[in-house]
Amino acid sequence: MPAVTDIVKLQNVSRYFGGITALKDVDFSCRAGSVHGILGENGAGKSTLIKILSGVLPPSEGQVLVDDKPVQYQSPSQAAKDGIVCIFQELSLIPDLSVAENIFIDHPPRRFGLIDASAQRRMAEKVLARIKCEDVDPDARVRDLSLSRRQMVEIAKAISKDLRVLILDEATSALTSKDVETVYGLLEELTANNVASLFISHRMQEVEALCDRLSVFRNGSHIQSFDKGDLTEGEIVRLMIGRDIEAQYPPKPPKAEVHQPALSITDLRWEQSLKGVDLSVGQGEIVGLGGLDGQGQKELLLALFGVLKGVKGEVRLGDMPFIPTSPAACKSAALALVPEDRKTEGLMLSLSIADNLLLPNYKAVSRGALIDTNRAAQEVDAAIAKLQIKTASPDISVETLSGGNQQKVVIAKWLALNPDVILLNDPTRGIDVGTKQEIYSLIRNLASSGKGVLLYSTDYAELIGCCDRVSVMYDGRVVNELSDDQLTEQALVAAALNIQSKGVA
Amino acid sequence: MTRMTSWVGRNRGFTGAFLLFAALFVGYQMMHPRGFSTAVFIQNANESVVIGFLAMAQTVPVLMRGLDLSVGAVMTLTNTIASHVVTGSPIQQIVGMTITLAAGTGFGLMNGLIVVYGRIQPIIATLATGAVAGGLALLIRPSPGGEISSDLNWALTNAVFDFTETLGFAQDGTAAWLQPIANIPMPLIIMAVFGICVWVPFKRTVTGRTIYAVGSAEGAAYMSGLPVARAKIAAFTLAGYFAACAGLYLAIQTSSGNADINQAGAYTLNSIAAVVLGGTSLLGGVGGAIASLIGAGILRVISFYFRILSIDPLMQSLIEGLVLLAAVSIGALRTLRVKNTLELFR
Repeated sequence: MPAVTDIVKLQNVSRYFGGITALKDVDFSCRAGSVHGILGENGAGKSTLIKILSGVLPPSEGQVLVDDKPVQYQSPSQAAKDGIVCIFQELSLIPDLSVAENIFIDHPPRRFGLIDASAQRRMAEKVLARIKCEDVDPDARVRDLSLSRRQMVEIAKAISKDLRVLILDEATSALTSKDVETVYGLLEELTANNVASLFISHRMQEVEALCDRLSVFRNGSHIQSFDKGDLTEGEIVRLMIGRDIEAQYPPKPPKAEVHQPALSITDLRWEQSLKGVDLSVGQGEIVGLGGLDGQGQKELLLALFGVLKGVKGEVRLGDMPFIPTSPAACKSAALALVPEDRKTEGLMLSLSIADNLLLPNYKAVSRGALIDTNRAAQEVDAAIAKLQIKTASPDISVETLSGGNQQKVVIAKWLALNPDVILLNDPTRGIDVGTKQEIYSLIRNLASSGKGVLLYSTDYAELIGCCDRVSVMYDGRVVNELSDDQLTEQALVAAALNIQSKGVA
Repeated sequence: MTRMTSWVGRNRGFTGAFLLFAALFVGYQMMHPRGFSTAVFIQNANESVVIGFLAMAQTVPVLMRGLDLSVGAVMTLTNTIASHVVTGSPIQQIVGMTITLAAGTGFGLMNGLIVVYGRIQPIIATLATGAVAGGLALLIRPSPGGEISSDLNWALTNAVFDFTETLGFAQDGTAAWLQPIANIPMPLIIMAVFGICVWVPFKRTVTGRTIYAVGSAEGAAYMSGLPVARAKIAAFTLAGYFAACAGLYLAIQTSSGNADINQAGAYTLNSIAAVVLGGTSLLGGVGGAIASLIGAGILRVISFYFRILSIDPLMQSLIEGLVLLAAVSIGALRTLRVKNTLELFR
């Protein structure tokens, strides 16, 4: 056991944005050779905390001490010089540069003052091998990688530096189970090397499994720090939200005899990603899409929403054959997709909440060619009330909302259209526990009102808790379908790995 | 070999532009009534230098997702400066050329400082400074003129042989070691030394790479601790330098200076066309100055065709526009192959 030393300390740190207090008089420290979990709902001040630690924001009051010396970072690069590196939730990779260039972006190997590309490629291969990503070509452009690979490149970038403090902000949210294991192993290795890791995650099991010390934040204040095992999960959750929570998932309705079909897919094929998908979603049913990341789930949702060209196979909406040609066509056919990346595909970040909510709905609130402002305002208020979006006014821009509330806006904008089928692509990624629950019950309510819901999630617990049935995809096909008692974590994992033994339930 | 093919795969825009240029150029040489000759080649090279330098100038800001509308005017400004200072003894001429290049570089630096510290969008900042540069050029040379030595003109606008002969070294150009390169046009050498030899190392510095990073994802570049402000300033400074190279060469080529504002505007727009033809994305992050040289080459070859096909001058602008549109459309063909329509918006 290494000597307990605090690498970074915050003393009486506060941070204000305009009139809003994001952090209030926070004292916080993290020790060398530990994994420190930070818990709190969205808007609790976690992001502000790590932005101050990593030099993105200066504190409004108080001071930051590194090795007991006060520091004033003006930029992330200064913090990185002291070995404080953050893996941000919003990826910090440059899409048009190669993997190797991204990993060594601010400290490339040089010869005669110029970047040595071949040395850089060799070093990148080494770093990638350390996190078991030998399959990633160091020359590939980051733009061409899947989200989970990009996240691993982001991790490679962080560990290529001289680390003393590693901050992971929801860094595992887009990863596959195998990568998560790799990251766990990496954290152990770093801890043995006396690195302090700060771990922010909304997955309780992860935090439980990894961290040896935990801190809870709420409303910008540091509520309590304690060692793992001092408090039960229930007590921790109470600290986080300041109230008791009931069961995390809404109860499932008794199984209906026969569902009227809402969406049925037969032998859907596209390029190398979809190799004959058969799937059906009934009215009033929540069907989960499971499996390892990158088995064609995202492509399936995009194909159904008319984004992909050259899709073969049969799709039926209700009883009618349906050929998805474009998102606009899907909109008129009462099919909605909540996309994977809310910041780029779901929202116009700089536009107001009202504008975002109205985007697909202008027709409904127009009289002739003009938008009826009264009707639009009613529509917006109704949507905000229905999804309990927490905002002072519908006219402020969406980027000021917390992640959970942003996601509610994405969902709400489609609901006004009253779609019959709703496709959801990982709707709770990077969202706090409280909002997750609200979204789960919202999804259940939608199903209860007769809609068909197809939900893709990387979180097995979510699929088990939320869905009536789960179709597991492997290599572009649905290989297994689990429901009722069969729907267990083991069975899901077995099916995801395509272990064909019916007995694993 | 696989590395070569994967390089081509990642640089489709450049490869396509290069093939188009090669096809147009070979076609032109074959149709030329006198066939391929050093004289024609030298003339072609001479006519391509100015737009080539300006295309390089425009590329750097475009890579970081900004347009520089002042490159043409900076060329005109440095052209008028050169017409005053590049005179006298050889040493004085070299000092004058250095002053000219420094003036353009300084103007670019000022553009960069205005964009970064004035927090003004590049397109509008350079529109304003471009007008300033044009105004200064008119003050410096209200009417065309200047006494740039005809020896200098001769030395730099012909083949390597003429250069050495005029300057009187390598046994007046007859030395045996010189013969393999004696017929290479000087304009190409100038392009290589002052253009390519500046750009290629620059691209491999952290500042150079940051320019690409800023164009691709500025937020991510900042979060990665890259010197964003320095890169922006460097981009405009380098643009100023390349524009000054163009202005200086124009002065030597015409032995005079001329504050021609209309010409400046036309050159600015053509520089953007050359950048796009070379496969550099106006959205930033993808492309390079060498590619823009190819783009400039395509633009020039198109106009060479008019000369040998004896097309009615009244029709030239119309045809030039259509050919340009067609050439740019080739680049857009890739979107037909995109199977995931979401990619079109990235």
